[in-house]
This record gives sequence, C-alpha cells and structure tokens, in this order.
Amino acid sequence: MKLEEVNRILNCQVITGDDKLGEEVKVGCGADLMSDVLAFIKPNALLLTGLTNVQSVRTAEIAEVIAIVYVRGKLPDKDAIELAKEKGIVLLCTNLPMYESCGRLYQHGLAGGSELQEGLRDAKRATLLATL
Amino acid sequence: MPSEPLFWQRFDICGRDFVGAGKASITIKGILREIGVSSSLIRRAAIASYEAEMNVVLYATKGTMELKVTPKDIRVMVEDEGPGIPDIELAMREGYSTASDEIREMGFGAGMGLSNIKKNADDFIIRSLVGKGTTLEITFRL
Repeated sequence: MKLEEVNRILNCQVITGDDKLGEEVKVGCGADLMSDVLAFIKPNALLLTGLTNVQSVRTAEIAEVIAIVYVRGKLPDKDAIELAKEKGIVLLCTNLPMYESCGRLYQHGLAGGSELQEGLRDAKRATLLATL
Repeated sequence: MPSEPLFWQRFDICGRDFVGAGKASITIKGILREIGVSSSLIRRAAIASYEAEMNVVLYATKGTMELKVTPKDIRVMVEDEGPGIPDIELAMREGYSTASDEIREMGFGAGMGLSNIKKNADDFIIRSLVGKGTTLEITFRL
C-alpha cells in the first residue's frame, strides 16, 4: 500500500516526508512497546504507535520501518522529528485511535506480519475469490 | 583456535541516556552494511544489539558494547555495571519484566528483550552477578 493511500484512509497530517508519499509499505504493525515492535515487525513496514519519543524513530530505523503513524492525535517530540528527517523516515499523525487505524488499513488490504510470513493473506484472498 | 578479527570496535553506553540510546547499534548496523553482510543478517544483528544496548541504558549505570567481525562470525559483547539478574531463566521468559512505569513510558519493558536477542542470534550466552552486572555474548554465524 502506498503511503499516500495510508494518508488518505486515516486522514493524516504529514509531519515529515511529504515528498516520500509515493513509497510503498508491505505490512502493518501496531504497538506502543518498542520491544514488541522489534519482536514482531517485518521489513518495509508501517508502524502505528502512540509512543512519541525519539525511541519510536530509532526503533523504526533498526527495524527498517518505512513510515510511522502516530495515533490518537499524538504528535512526536522535536528529537523524534529531527531524527526522522535525518534518516528519511516518514512521520504521519492521525486523530483515530489505534484499533480503528489498524482496522481501516487492514480492511483496505494492508497485511499483518503473520500473514506476510506465511503468505496467508494471498491464500485467504484466493479462497474468497473462489467463493464469488 | 579463534579467528583473527577483521574488524573490532568498542562503544561506551551510558545508563539513563534515553536520547543517545540506540546510537551504538545504529553504528553497528552501518558497519555491517559497509562490510557487505547480507541484509537479513544485518537486521538480526541490529535488533539484537539494540535490545542489548537498551537493557544497559534502562537498567544499568554504564556499560560497553563490543563488535568483533571475523571470517566466521559476528560477535557482539555487552558488559554492564548494574543490578544484575537474580533469575536468568525467569528473565528469559517472554513477557516477564521488572521494568518501572518510567521505563514503560519510554516504550520499553515489554519483557521481550532477552528472548528477542536469543531469537535473532545463532548463539547467546548470558552471565550475571547480582549487585555487579551482566554480560551478554551474542554470536551470528556468517
């Protein structure tokens, strides 16, 4: 899913990286604890979080996250924005809560980590198409 | 006989330095990329190093992280001066955490750190002395 789609679906405010909205994310991950992110996230992901400090961006850099969506209307702090600019990580903000943000993106086809790993999303889609 | 290191570097880690936390791991990631290590191995090494570095920042007074690359493996050694871990087996369990509210507010303390290091490493040795500190030896085979 392209970031411009994420931006539209979640009605986001772009904090930094508006020149990178053409980039694509392959998978979504929603978490507020960074150790959970590190344990479960896949490469080229979109991270949805309520954690707004610099560690959200540093974790994103380690885990090869393309963009972060800060949920519940939270804005990242200055250090986080500066680091994201330096590292080319896109930061978005939505007023939607975590559950609805993840749900809307999933509904529009952005896979979860377990599906990406197992190829389950494609299998589910194939089953669904076969029943139509 | 141990292999001669192709590359060696040591980093100092400062306890409670939340702004600088993670910089050593980011540097390690860059070094491994320059050396030409595969992207999947870089990712595993970066995640394990970052978890180890964060543990020093969050729980210890200070520590060091050492990266050693040989023709056979990548080794990350982390030594800290801190409270130590009384029950390593318990600390290795996913979800077990002694983190304070302050640490959780920083986004850590999910109880996934040590198990995540083990998951990403090919070999993981942990030693700890209560009241003295903890040593981690994390190895990734090339």
